[in-house]
Amino acid sequence: MTVSASLLVTAVVLCAVGAILMLTRPLTRILLGAVILSNGVNLLILASTGTAGAAPLLYGVDLRRVTDPLPQAIALTAIVITLGTTAFLLAMAYRSHQITGTDEVHDDLEDRRIVLRAEVLSERAQLREEFRSGSEPTADERERYREERRRLRDRLRADRARQARGRDASGDLWNDVIGADPEDYERDGDAKADDRYPRDERGAAG
Amino acid sequence: MNALVPLPVLLPLCATGLSLTFGTRMQRFQRFISVAVLTAVLALSIILMIAADRQGPLSVHLGDFAPPLGITLVADRLSGLMLTVSSAVTLCVLIYSLGQGMTDRDKETPLAVFHPAYLILVAGVSCTFLAGDLVNLFVSFEIMLVASFVLLTLGGTGPRMRAGSTYVIISLFSSMVFLIAIAMTYAALGTVNFAQLAERLPGLPLGVQTLIQAMLITVFAIKAAVFPVAAWLPDSYPTAPAPVTAVFAGLLTKVGVYCMMRTETLLFPGNRIGDLLMAVALASMLIGILGAVAQTDLKRLLSFTLISHIGFMVFGIGLATREAYGGAIVYVVHHITVQTTLFLVAGLIERRGGTTELTRLGGLAKAAPILALLFFVPAMNLAGIPPLSGFIGKLGLMRAGVADGSTWAWILVAGSVVTSLLTLYVTAKVWNLAFWRAAPPGQAEAGTVLESGDDSDDDTDEGPDGVPGTGDEGIEPVHRPAGQAVAATLHGRAVTTTSRLPRPMMAATAATIALALSFTVFAGPLTAFTDRSAVELLKRTPYIEEVLGK
Repeated sequence: MTVSASLLVTAVVLCAVGAILMLTRPLTRILLGAVILSNGVNLLILASTGTAGAAPLLYGVDLRRVTDPLPQAIALTAIVITLGTTAFLLAMAYRSHQITGTDEVHDDLEDRRIVLRAEVLSERAQLREEFRSGSEPTADERERYREERRRLRDRLRADRARQARGRDASGDLWNDVIGADPEDYERDGDAKADDRYPRDERGAAG
Repeated sequence: MNALVPLPVLLPLCATGLSLTFGTRMQRFQRFISVAVLTAVLALSIILMIAADRQGPLSVHLGDFAPPLGITLVADRLSGLMLTVSSAVTLCVLIYSLGQGMTDRDKETPLAVFHPAYLILVAGVSCTFLAGDLVNLFVSFEIMLVASFVLLTLGGTGPRMRAGSTYVIISLFSSMVFLIAIAMTYAALGTVNFAQLAERLPGLPLGVQTLIQAMLITVFAIKAAVFPVAAWLPDSYPTAPAPVTAVFAGLLTKVGVYCMMRTETLLFPGNRIGDLLMAVALASMLIGILGAVAQTDLKRLLSFTLISHIGFMVFGIGLATREAYGGAIVYVVHHITVQTTLFLVAGLIERRGGTTELTRLGGLAKAAPILALLFFVPAMNLAGIPPLSGFIGKLGLMRAGVADGSTWAWILVAGSVVTSLLTLYVTAKVWNLAFWRAAPPGQAEAGTVLESGDDSDDDTDEGPDGVPGTGDEGIEPVHRPAGQAVAATLHGRAVTTTSRLPRPMMAATAATIALALSFTVFAGPLTAFTDRSAVELLKRTPYIEEVLGK
């Protein structure tokens, strides 16, 4: 079997372009990538026919010299399926745009939450250790400690604000992520932000 | 008897047409069609399984086109068994979803789309199990995938679109890889029929064979969510409605495993990549279960255990002995059932507690003892506590590993033990957090807010944490529609909860548990059957002879 080199080169270039487009974030680009990639693949399927021959008709052609019709049937099936999937992706890009104002594919929020939680917990533990290792803390040190803790919490809140558009907000991320912190109730100022939550009320009472 | 082979695909497809035509007006009729057709498919599958066991593989060349021109459907022991288990599970999940009333009441999961999409999904899954050539396998994957796209993004809410986009893109990509593999196979051999491929592949240079094998394995590994290509699964499954997640988790990944089994035995005998498969199996097991340990959301946690336990089946395929295949088939059957059950229970927990976030749940063992039992049995089954079916599957695989005796086999046996222990740890964690500890104040409050509004006659004296399943759960012939569920907000999020769980949901969950328990009761016949399937798979000749008519 001989294969046309130009067909192969075209197919490979299309596949490469499609694959690169599929690696981007916006759904519309992914959609274009999928279309181009599938065109490349369909060319590959046609290339598997070998040398081109006569049209595969029942009458009027020499049946020994016709092109193999089976890859064409396979390619047709693939084209139809790609059409359906493309339509679905288009609808999805539009819906995504309706909801979030952008059609970008987002990171998985839960994964980010778990990473963030681990980071914040370790930073907080470190901070506490530093604060407690010395002798009696001065007012200045205490203020700095409080400031640091506030910064950590703000980081989580900022992240939540970024994510709020993409998910159904489930309350306070601070409590979502690490649960209520009893140390917050030792000082009046800090408890204010969290007293909407029943769990925290219990903490404050105890 | 051969004429029955296409019916598990045809019946759901015809029913889809009926369902779409009449569904919007006559919802009762639509439900009736779905249940009736899935019951019929189950009966057919059992008949096919028994027939394939007695007479050897059954095959049909559609339109009487001989291979390589036509489409071939083949039912052998393995396909028969997979068909039977999958149709039993899909029927249970359908009943569960009827109980949930997701088809018409819930705003997030609208209207008549669910039933047709679900039926198409069933047709796609059946078609995959029966497919006798690569192109038909590709087409059945696509049937299944397009239906799953619709089901996964039901309602088109923000989180579902996000989860759906990952899933759609990954599926599209794997389809393209599959098509390239088909093109290469056809260019090299001039056929895509499994039986003909099995005869002609040994004539190819080793490099070409390995290339085709590698591409096919990659495609099926993406479908099955084996470790290096599994990251899409926990992102996309948990956001869908509970019945959808349940059926996806139970069936779609196992379809990938089934295809691996089929191609590894029929097309590429000799197990050249056994070590590679065992390495990825080990990675899947350990990384999956460690991922599960880190999670605090029940559905995501279950998704990670799913990845982990796919590793067990790949382990069996990697060993490729008769005992290993026998064990792997038992494990597939067990895992389809138990994973579906666990996701159904997760749906019930969400119904009862308003969330699947474990840090917010608690006290369910006291508040809902039946629910606790429904969770406990499949959870122990997943961990492989004897005498449940998980133990039988794991025992079979480990014995095969020990009998094989190679270094990799021993490492994998050790890995399986560690994974089982960690699975036990994970399920114990869920049990402790959601069921055993006292209810956190937030949850009790949610119960009060979300108590059913119009339970007029028999429910007035029941407190918000009234125990379902005690007195008043007794005999009530009327189907309780899900409209009695009250939508409210819990921690700023819209949820639908009831203190009494709809009976069809409980019954369907109980039915899947009973199915899993029946694997224990009929362990002898089951393992004998899987053993015969493994023999048939490894022998290859019955399949090839049946299809090629020798």
